Amino acid sequence: MSASLATVSYIGATILFILSLGGLSNPETSRRGNVLGMIGMALAVVATVFGPQVTWAGVPWIVIAMAVGGSVGLYAARTVQMTQMPELVALMHSLVGLAACLVGFASYIDTAHTFVGAEKTIHDVEIYIGILIGAVTFSGSLIAFGKLSAKIGGKPLLLPGRHLLNLAGLLVVIWVCKGFLNAESVGGGFFALIIMTLIALAFGVHMVMAIGGADMPVVVSMLNSYSGWAAAATGFMLNNDLLIVTGALVGSSGAILSYIMCRAMNRNFISVIAGGFGTGGGTVVAAADGQPAGEVIPVSATDTAELLKESKSVIIVPGYGMAVAQAQHTVYEITKHLREKGVTVRFGIHPVAGRMPGHMNVLLAEAKVPYDIVMEMDEINDDFPETDVAMVIGANDIVNPAAQEDPNSPIAGMPVLEVWKAKTSIVMKRSMASGYAGVDNPLFYKENNRMLFGDAKKMLDEVLTALKA
Amino acid sequence: MSLTIGVPRETFPNEKRVATVPDVVEKLIKLGFSVVVETEAGALANFDDESYVAAGATIAKSAAELWASVDMAFKVRAPSMDEVALIKEGTTLIGFIWPAQNPDLMQALAARKITVLAMDCVPRQLSRAQKMDALSSMANIAGYRAVVEAANQFGRFFTGQITAAGKVPPAKVFVAGAGVAGLAALGTAVSLGAIVRANDTRSEVADQVKSMGAEFVKVDYEEEGSGGGGYAKVMSEGFQAAQREMYAQQAREVDIIITTALIPGKPAPRLITAEMVSSMKAGSVIVDMAAEQGGNCELTVPGEVVVRHGVTIVGYADLPSRLSKQASTLYATNLLRLTEELCKTKDGIIDVNMDDDAIRGLTVIKDGEITWPPPPLVLPAPPAPKAASAAPVPAKKSGHGHGAGEPMSTKSLAITFGLGALAFWFVGANAPEAFLGHFTVFVLACFVGYMVVWNVTPALHTPLMSVTNAISSIIVIGALVQISPPLGEGVSRPGFWIGLLAVISIVLTSINMFGGFAVTKRMLAMFRK
Repeated sequence: MSASLATVSYIGATILFILSLGGLSNPETSRRGNVLGMIGMALAVVATVFGPQVTWAGVPWIVIAMAVGGSVGLYAARTVQMTQMPELVALMHSLVGLAACLVGFASYIDTAHTFVGAEKTIHDVEIYIGILIGAVTFSGSLIAFGKLSAKIGGKPLLLPGRHLLNLAGLLVVIWVCKGFLNAESVGGGFFALIIMTLIALAFGVHMVMAIGGADMPVVVSMLNSYSGWAAAATGFMLNNDLLIVTGALVGSSGAILSYIMCRAMNRNFISVIAGGFGTGGGTVVAAADGQPAGEVIPVSATDTAELLKESKSVIIVPGYGMAVAQAQHTVYEITKHLREKGVTVRFGIHPVAGRMPGHMNVLLAEAKVPYDIVMEMDEINDDFPETDVAMVIGANDIVNPAAQEDPNSPIAGMPVLEVWKAKTSIVMKRSMASGYAGVDNPLFYKENNRMLFGDAKKMLDEVLTALKA
Repeated sequence: MSLTIGVPRETFPNEKRVATVPDVVEKLIKLGFSVVVETEAGALANFDDESYVAAGATIAKSAAELWASVDMAFKVRAPSMDEVALIKEGTTLIGFIWPAQNPDLMQALAARKITVLAMDCVPRQLSRAQKMDALSSMANIAGYRAVVEAANQFGRFFTGQITAAGKVPPAKVFVAGAGVAGLAALGTAVSLGAIVRANDTRSEVADQVKSMGAEFVKVDYEEEGSGGGGYAKVMSEGFQAAQREMYAQQAREVDIIITTALIPGKPAPRLITAEMVSSMKAGSVIVDMAAEQGGNCELTVPGEVVVRHGVTIVGYADLPSRLSKQASTLYATNLLRLTEELCKTKDGIIDVNMDDDAIRGLTVIKDGEITWPPPPLVLPAPPAPKAASAAPVPAKKSGHGHGAGEPMSTKSLAITFGLGALAFWFVGANAPEAFLGHFTVFVLACFVGYMVVWNVTPALHTPLMSVTNAISSIIVIGALVQISPPLGEGVSRPGFWIGLLAVISIVLTSINMFGGFAVTKRMLAMFRK
């Protein structure tokens, strides 16, 4: 295949990727979008393998490597539980990060191409940046994976002077870069690269460790963005426009998702990344002052069923607790039952419910809940006053009225689902513990609120049994 | 030097309310004021002098003594001319004044060189002013009391019952006008068990009526060109005829009619004619809450209960006063809220801030100058609540839930552009040409990504992330071209190491590539209508 033909194929692949992302914006076209992405990827790989830059000697290796990797990937995709999606996505990000690092190292020790002057400097800087981003993505994603799969505690780890620590790391990286660019031999430069990689790895670990569990949706989409930038940097390094374009597409889309998530929490992107939210400390003191007075009113599963039976319209607000308890199927059973009885049941989804953007939608879709009764916060918030029962399943901060009522609350100004405006709200929770933000929730003490304590799955099963009785 | 608030005994005949209660006295003192109450001021509202003293007030022996010693006076009714004569210069008077109906009083008050805040002039449209809206507090009480008066005159149960002694049908109540008083009346009647219907010319209150458990009766008349026309046109001759027809029919069916229809600054509309009254069942009751303004019923005698054609017509004009303890408590609280607005410094000194929309509306006389009527309020939101709530919805839809947000401020836009220009200049000045080609592609691709992804529905965020993740395995290209590139003659490279790194990279990215697309496919297959 000639060089021109390969380039044309690359353009084709680029267009297919753009169409793929565009198709993903709507449930109707999303499946087609995914298929277009696959075709684009196949086209890019085939054009490269049969293109001018690969000789036949390498093909067996490529086939073996892809077969091994592909079967592992397909196996993982088939067996993963939908509740584990955030972990899987984070783990996959780390693979891209690691690959970017390895390609960078390989490119550095590759002496086949020689550059001189400014071109050499730029090429070296590209390698340096590519490895830097790749390493941060790799270690950050691994920590995110650990946190999401509960292998590492969700509480943010805050080292003293962490901002200074990060700053010092950055300065060292820049200083080492200077040494790297002036290195006489490959070996000398290699040493600088290793130092930088270690710092980048440590930085990735430190950055994600400092971020609380509630901010995970932002982190996951941010790492998604990083994996794109890593690909783009690799593209610069190898003079490959396809890599640059695709990396930039992925990078900017991840950045936008992060921005949307931040806006949903009414928080500044920088402050999320700087971490430390939901640690207790100052926030707990603040919460103690405004300790909502009053008693919570517990309710039994049978009474909950009665309430649901007698209502005309119900809004269910799911949160991470539903994912943890794997309760989405029971939720759907209850929904189906109520809908057959003529009760209007809808779902209100907060943009940052769960641990990944769109987490709740995926779980509800898995349980076969039709997507046209699953509403966004903006669509459904005005309807709470006409709603008889708002059922909150394993969510806390996203339904906290303090965000609107208490200007001193750490979550003040964050848009929340106004469940307390419903005639009755029922909150299902394991205990009275506060959410990830560490803020007490005045909702629990409202007169029209009832608490249904216990494991979400178990309680919902009881509710379902009572409904059917 | 903090001010002294005086509360005189009301002098209007049969007025039982008082402008402050002991609980509020305590709070006023906390704000830094001293409080003087005329002896026996609260007697008719069940507050004796001792309770005021216990709350920290001092008692004045007579009205003259009180007016001479105070800087502010709280009243319920407008002062009589005798009282006006006692007011000293510089006093601030707060109470119901009704400036439109009492021009003589206004002149007399202005002549005393005082400041007057009229509780009937609270700009009700300002949500911030609602806490001091004494008209609503009083209307709420009046509505409740109207039903109690009706029940008092009515010879039957309100609620339907089946007893051993036979079946009792529920009473049917019709409420004309669903303002604050009307809603309070129908709520009370519903809670007593009656079948309640209500009507109002403002069709938007139908939902409020239904929410209270009553039935909304529509006037059976479609205005020609409705939807395009304004309000004035709605009250055409044809509409009024249809409205009369509806009232006549209700009069024949119901046992109790409560009328609350008022038009600001005009005599009350005549809704119930003598003919309608005579068509009602014997023993029926009409409570005319508009009696003071002439009455909604032709046969009403203001201030009295009369029986005409076997129907009892209640024309009391002092319904809030008949619930004097409740009315005094609520009114006193409204005054407290107003005082808090006037005295934001909490040091017992008031500031009648004419730049504050709420205070400006209330102040009818400032230091002897008549400042009524106030200039019209400029409200940010249109008065029609329906239009206001409908408007933002399409705006939100256009952006798929996210919207493009608000446009950036000029300043931050300028800064962004400035920084961008600086960065581009730096790149342009230092980078070689080959790099710039890639750089162009990179920047454009960022924008394409931004445009494409911006409109994603939140429901698809996870599939989108997983597909972009799969696409980011395009990095495999980097490994592929490293594994065995065509080498020129005599070029050597550490082929083994590069090959090893490349193969590992290919394995890793393949996991991602195949796994990412497969898992996205699995997820998307689940999304269904």
